[in-house]
Amino acid sequence: MPVDTKAVGKEWGPTEYTVGLEKIREYANAVGEKSPVHQDSAAAKEAGFRDVVAPPMFCVVYSSPAVAPVLFDPEVGINFATMLHGGQEFVWGDPVCAGDVVSTKVVCKEIFQKDDKGFYVFESISTNQDGQEVCRGTWTNIVRGVE
Amino acid sequence: MALEDLKAGDSLPELKTTPDKYLPHRYAGASGDFNPIHIDAEFAKQVGLPSNILHGLWMMAQVARAHTEAADGDPRALKRLSVQFRGMGFPEQELVVSSTITDSSSGTVTCETVAVQGDNEVIRNAEAELASGQA
Repeated sequence: MPVDTKAVGKEWGPTEYTVGLEKIREYANAVGEKSPVHQDSAAAKEAGFRDVVAPPMFCVVYSSPAVAPVLFDPEVGINFATMLHGGQEFVWGDPVCAGDVVSTKVVCKEIFQKDDKGFYVFESISTNQDGQEVCRGTWTNIVRGVE
Repeated sequence: MALEDLKAGDSLPELKTTPDKYLPHRYAGASGDFNPIHIDAEFAKQVGLPSNILHGLWMMAQVARAHTEAADGDPRALKRLSVQFRGMGFPEQELVVSSTITDSSSGTVTCETVAVQGDNEVIRNAEAELASGQA
């Protein structure tokens, strides 16, 4: 079946995520970020942050609850079994710290077909409790085996 | 390392890390991505993979870390990162991230980056932008 493009332009969210101190520590440990600004409140404040600061790629943690359901939206119509994460871009704004409340909305930017592959491109826009943009993500998923 | 001193053609220090057997489980917990292809070798083989594979976004986090560590660990220094996922990455194999400066004019350092396991290129065409962290 050729790709269905009716979901282009559709928006989802916003979805709220409250950033916890231990979640930042757990994430930093899992990805090998060793700087004390990701562990210790005093070290983070000394470096000019409000509190313990998340590594940049922690954006995955606060934006995934907004992005994941989009991939299962029947109107998007992704065959999850043959989906690959093809590419990813993040552009970062204000740092995210423990205690922040991040809201993320998602929009479907593009759906197109190249040979037997379907390309599904989504943008996530995350803002903090002060309305400042903290991260903008472009998620490219590739579905194999579309005719 | 001072970002201001970097110029086109320079390389950032290589980042080398070997994810242990259970790293995908810890990353699954930290990230919330429990897709069984990352944490269940038997399931992965059933769907045609050689074994369970690393999370692409964990590998991207290593690429990000190679850049923030070059900026003295300041997370504010990394302004943008884009990657293409290509080969599959595997636990218990060393991952090496190499980054070369392509441009350092106008206060932003742009880098071209790859991540490999042996001769398996798992992330290619990565591009990062670094700038002095203090807002």
